[in-house]
Amino acid sequence: MSHGQQASTVKERSHIALNNEFLRKAVKFTTERLRNGKKKATEEHGNWEEWRERGRQIRLHTIAHLDYYLNQFVENARANGVHVHFAADGKEAVELSMKIAASKQTRSVVKSKSMVSEELHINAALEKMGIEAVETDLGEYIIQLAGETPSHIIIPAIHKNRYQIAELLSKEAGETLPADTSILAGFVRRKLREKFLDAEIGMTGCNFAIAETGSMVLFENEGNARMVSTVPKTQITLMGMERIIPTFADLEVMATLLPRSATGQKLTVYMSAISGPKRDADADGPEEMHIIIVDNGRSLQLGDPEFQELLNCIRCGACLNACPVYRHIGGHAYGGTYSGPIGAVLTPALQSNVAEWDDIANASSLCGACYEACPVKIPLHDMLVYLRNRKVEKGYGQTAEKIGMKGFAAIMSNSKRMRSVIKMGQIGQKLVARQGMIKTKIGPLKGWNSVRYLPSLPNQSFRERWGTLEQEVQASNPKMSDEVRQRMEQALEQRKNGGRHHG
Amino acid sequence: MKVSLFITCLSDAIYPRVGEAMVRLLARYGVQVEFPKTQTCCGQPAFNSGYWEEARESARTLLAAFEDSDFVISPSGSCTGMIQHYYPKLFEKDPIMIEKAMQLQEKTYEFTQFLVQVLGVKDVGAVFPHKVTYHPSCHGSRLLGIKEEPLTLMENVKGMELIPLPFAEDCCGFGGTFAVKMSEISAAMVSEKAQHVLESEAEVLVGLDMGCMMNISGNLMYQGKPIRVMHLAELLYEGVKQA
Repeated sequence: MSHGQQASTVKERSHIALNNEFLRKAVKFTTERLRNGKKKATEEHGNWEEWRERGRQIRLHTIAHLDYYLNQFVENARANGVHVHFAADGKEAVELSMKIAASKQTRSVVKSKSMVSEELHINAALEKMGIEAVETDLGEYIIQLAGETPSHIIIPAIHKNRYQIAELLSKEAGETLPADTSILAGFVRRKLREKFLDAEIGMTGCNFAIAETGSMVLFENEGNARMVSTVPKTQITLMGMERIIPTFADLEVMATLLPRSATGQKLTVYMSAISGPKRDADADGPEEMHIIIVDNGRSLQLGDPEFQELLNCIRCGACLNACPVYRHIGGHAYGGTYSGPIGAVLTPALQSNVAEWDDIANASSLCGACYEACPVKIPLHDMLVYLRNRKVEKGYGQTAEKIGMKGFAAIMSNSKRMRSVIKMGQIGQKLVARQGMIKTKIGPLKGWNSVRYLPSLPNQSFRERWGTLEQEVQASNPKMSDEVRQRMEQALEQRKNGGRHHG
Repeated sequence: MKVSLFITCLSDAIYPRVGEAMVRLLARYGVQVEFPKTQTCCGQPAFNSGYWEEARESARTLLAAFEDSDFVISPSGSCTGMIQHYYPKLFEKDPIMIEKAMQLQEKTYEFTQFLVQVLGVKDVGAVFPHKVTYHPSCHGSRLLGIKEEPLTLMENVKGMELIPLPFAEDCCGFGGTFAVKMSEISAAMVSEKAQHVLESEAEVLVGLDMGCMMNISGNLMYQGKPIRVMHLAELLYEGVKQA
């Protein structure tokens, strides 16, 4: 557990993050670098909107026929000699993994980066059995040493700067290491080399699983996933049930979208497709290979019109880098395995019991930057509103808010009532308004006025002004030109033919 | 042809000057705007908070007020976005109201959409000899795709220097009830936005959504920074009067 996750509410967790200048600086620095990289890479590639749409269509199609493609994948993987298992929930996935580990008298497991394994808390389970679990992705290795959880889907240690990292690694090395990236990486490389050679099991995640061949595909930059999947005798791959794509031709589209969206790379340094255990003529590879296909709440989204597209996610992290809230509070404030806009939606959506949802869906201004950044166009900003709505419909709205909204409806369902409320405001504010501003920090104004002043209401609302304004405008006797008239008529005509395009 | 003003509750109560600028500017093209007084609010505060029944109660006043309008124009990309993107969803289970919702969706325009796309106006003939920076509000630019329209109008204002706003596309942290519910996160966002406005060294900040403008100007006032904050309709109308 990280420091950020001990606090119970989003507000408390974000308060901690907002007061951590190191974290905010580090997160801003890296997310800016990533989103600039993405911008450059997508512009260079060209036709990005068409690629996004193609990616979206592939994901929509696959998820709509997920039963068919999963079946095809499993049949092909089994034909390749892979042991395929299904886990309905996290507990089952952990039990399956532990059973395999026990059967191999395992003392040590090396892991490449896997968000599903974080979701399942597999490291804790291994350690409980007395098995050493070693993260081999540099970022994951750092946060494992720090005893934390990833704060970004693809950059787990995004919240740390290199001085903090040097300090952590120095402790591990037993000597002071300089805050020099290549020296630090060199230390970790030497350290991990021994671990790769020692481990009985290599554990990986899965970026994509290809139905037509039963292959699993990994994207990475450090070569550690290739070590994990070739050196140890046994490989266990943990895979979310939605990772499927139908064909290698579809992988081409995903390989175009994923690295560019994630880091601005044209392709990651390594992209490995693994279709089964070591064959006789192979130089390397595991003797035994297991794939555990994990549901753990994912099937809740199947057939749900508001959330099914959530399964389209390819875990690139672009929404985190684009998000102005993530920019300020980082990942731990989200309080779940997945952070940023995707985490704010996924964490509650994977949990069927609405009573256990926290307030995370409220931590968004609904600006839509996530949707704009998403390579498969998942409408996360809409889903955040749907989550809020479900919470209210299930009766878990907050009492004060419920009363407030009842009041809102009472006022806004009737323009006369709205007018009197504005009138009351105009009179009532005389107690607090000075020079067009309200500065008081009492009641609901506390949060707003802690960094702002509120403008006071002018003496006349628009609806009060309208009578004289209308007369004044009419008196000027405006004349419409033929061109303007024609254009307006044209717009009406177009609309009749169903021609208006909505942004 | 009946052109109706959807003033939005915020401009009605706090920024009537924005509605007045729109009405007077459009009158110059012979467009006589009318104002149905039974309108209230688009319902977005309740909708975004998850209170859809309450949102519907508010939304129904707009569906009724604009029933026989040919064009409905509004000074807010966010409120227009509410109608265009979420009214059909809000009334999806009501066969009568969804029909009305889709009609309103068809005829509602944000102010610059109407001016540029429908009327074909690119240059209002304004003069505004100031340094100006522009914040593209999220809902207008992302939900409605209003990116070119305001730029076209601003580029044709004589004497005006348009300075790019650093990180312009980042949200200002308003988000309606978000600014109250998650006030600390919102405060961090608006403080950074105001910082970028100050870095631009502009004298005037202009936008298309008074919610965002109220948020940013509120912080600028708090900091004691005398940056003028306006809606683009106000800027254009003031510029036309000066020309």
